[in-house]
Amino acid sequence: MKRIALLGMPNTGKSTLFNRMSGASSRVGNWPGITVDLMSAKILMGGHIAELIDLPGIYDLHGFSEDEQVVRHFLSNNAIDLVIVLINSSQIDRQLSLVLQIKKLNLPMVLALNMTDEAKRAGITIDTDSMASAMDMPVIQISAKYGDGLPKALQATANLINQNLPASNPEIISAQLQEDNQIELEMEALVSAYVQIPTTLTGNTTDNIDKVLLHKWLGLPLFFSAMFILFQFIFSIGTPLQDGLAWLLDIVRSGLLEPLFVGSPAWLSGLMLDGIYNGVATVAAFVPIIILFFLVMSMVEDSGYLSRAAFLMDALMAKMGLDGRGFVMMLMGFGCNVPALMGTRIMRSRPMRLLTMLVIPLSLCSARLQVFIFIIAALFSPSKAPIILFSLYVMSFFTMFLTAVLFQGRYQNVEPFILELPPYRFPTLRQIILRGWLEVQHFLTRATKFIVIGVVLVWFMTNFPTTATPGSVETYAGQIGHLFAPILDPLGINNQLAIALIFGFVAKEIVIGALAVIYGLQGDALMAQMAVQIDWVQAMSFMLFTLIYTPCLSTIATLKSESKSSAFMWLSIVWSLSLAWVVSFAFYQTARWLGY
Amino acid sequence: MQLLSQLPTGQSALISAIEADESLFHRLSALGFRVGKRLSIIRRANFNGPLHVRLGTTDVILRQVDADRIRINAQE
Repeated sequence: MKRIALLGMPNTGKSTLFNRMSGASSRVGNWPGITVDLMSAKILMGGHIAELIDLPGIYDLHGFSEDEQVVRHFLSNNAIDLVIVLINSSQIDRQLSLVLQIKKLNLPMVLALNMTDEAKRAGITIDTDSMASAMDMPVIQISAKYGDGLPKALQATANLINQNLPASNPEIISAQLQEDNQIELEMEALVSAYVQIPTTLTGNTTDNIDKVLLHKWLGLPLFFSAMFILFQFIFSIGTPLQDGLAWLLDIVRSGLLEPLFVGSPAWLSGLMLDGIYNGVATVAAFVPIIILFFLVMSMVEDSGYLSRAAFLMDALMAKMGLDGRGFVMMLMGFGCNVPALMGTRIMRSRPMRLLTMLVIPLSLCSARLQVFIFIIAALFSPSKAPIILFSLYVMSFFTMFLTAVLFQGRYQNVEPFILELPPYRFPTLRQIILRGWLEVQHFLTRATKFIVIGVVLVWFMTNFPTTATPGSVETYAGQIGHLFAPILDPLGINNQLAIALIFGFVAKEIVIGALAVIYGLQGDALMAQMAVQIDWVQAMSFMLFTLIYTPCLSTIATLKSESKSSAFMWLSIVWSLSLAWVVSFAFYQTARWLGY
Repeated sequence: MQLLSQLPTGQSALISAIEADESLFHRLSALGFRVGKRLSIIRRANFNGPLHVRLGTTDVILRQVDADRIRINAQE
């Protein structure tokens, strides 16, 4: 029996040709030297029964992808009588490399040029006769799809087979591929000696966990409850830590810093204590929450659950023109928008990437969370607080979905969605702590600069001109707040809150710091003052605006640098500002109309 | 010969052809999809969501549209 191998680059129509030549008789079989099964079929060729083998599509005979190794091992272990090499005519300039590589093995060959119709449309003409004599092998144009040229190709194959040339000698081929074999062995030796695959749960355990976590109906509720519990966990541990740190910072101020500046001029002590120290202290008190947030986040990520979340959410995401990975990035945005925006680099489709980048700034990041926790603590009872916070998260998701749905026509995606599901892993404590620590460091180095500059700016604007009472409407800040009053009054946002919003442009971290300076109070005193000045409807409207409007300057800078488009950056700014205004307006006016 | 998306959940089949453009083909092949390999569908997400496919020791999720680029042989 003769043996014919079918070889070519991926997507040249090799399987179509194989099916045409074999009819329905194909079967799957094992071959010496390789571990994957190959399709083969018995066909009549000339006067002989021949076995036709469909080899995997490869780009390079000397490459090291699994398929390329399979082809080499097959040729080094099995004698064959003829190779049919199939290439795509319209890419002949590129694909001839594979033909010439195989020719070097001195096997009887037939070269079939597929997709003739496509090549013709592209204006490509191939002088097959001259090429055949130059390459010393039959060269035949075919169309595997429509069957054109197939009889001629089969005839050429039959002619060669009938010449009864000696079959290939696997040992000689193996020698010719010596160098590649050497590299394979070296690769294997290096990997087994120096590479350690992390310990994973056994397949069974992962399967059993998946049966529950990816359950048809339980999966999504479990996912959202898990998120809710994680947030609860962060705050029930984080809030006492936060209070402790604030108490400590207060002692430093009253015990150390105030005596130190007692003799200095009022403007200097004001700048140092009310400006710089106040701002830094307010933000420092929120560091525990951020650490906890990223500890939990990296735990979820490293455990392998995030890819499962992508699986659960993809059907919904696809309807919005996004994919499950977009959802993962959106979730990351709940830590910080900036790394989430940078993370969209994994998407190769630019439209989908831009759409995801438009959506991410609407996710409730940890900086906005600080503002909400402070205001919720000031204006809502502890029993209502988690519900209010949860509703803000729901609102965040809602604005993201709305944005994606509205803009998906503009940014249409063509990228396939394929993700590996890793087995569940126990993240090591070291990994989690390292990650949490790095994120906090990153956050502090970036945030501190913004906060100090921002808070000093606020202090300046709320204390100057010197003729004005600090924090009053006569100061620069008050004047700016007044300027925006016609736009912000219908939202229930008063002058003081308006000033805080203006500085929230720089970074959300400074909103509370700004309020501390504006009211000249901090901590519990500031909370008490705010509870007197505004009611819960105003507070909610303010929080909705803060949630949706333009994210911090770092996010804006990242948007611009990642999209390489100022127009896109402006679109994001204008869209989020308008949406924030509309949502706050609708909420505030409806609540007032209902009598609250 | 049928499409991967037509394979009933829990059953296995052999890949008989992958008809995808170059980038999708690269992605699939990097994850271990190749002609002759056995795969099975572990589960499907609701609302026509992605398929959870297993090839050997690798678990992969992919959408139905992309799964339709993979032809399978389910006779055995």
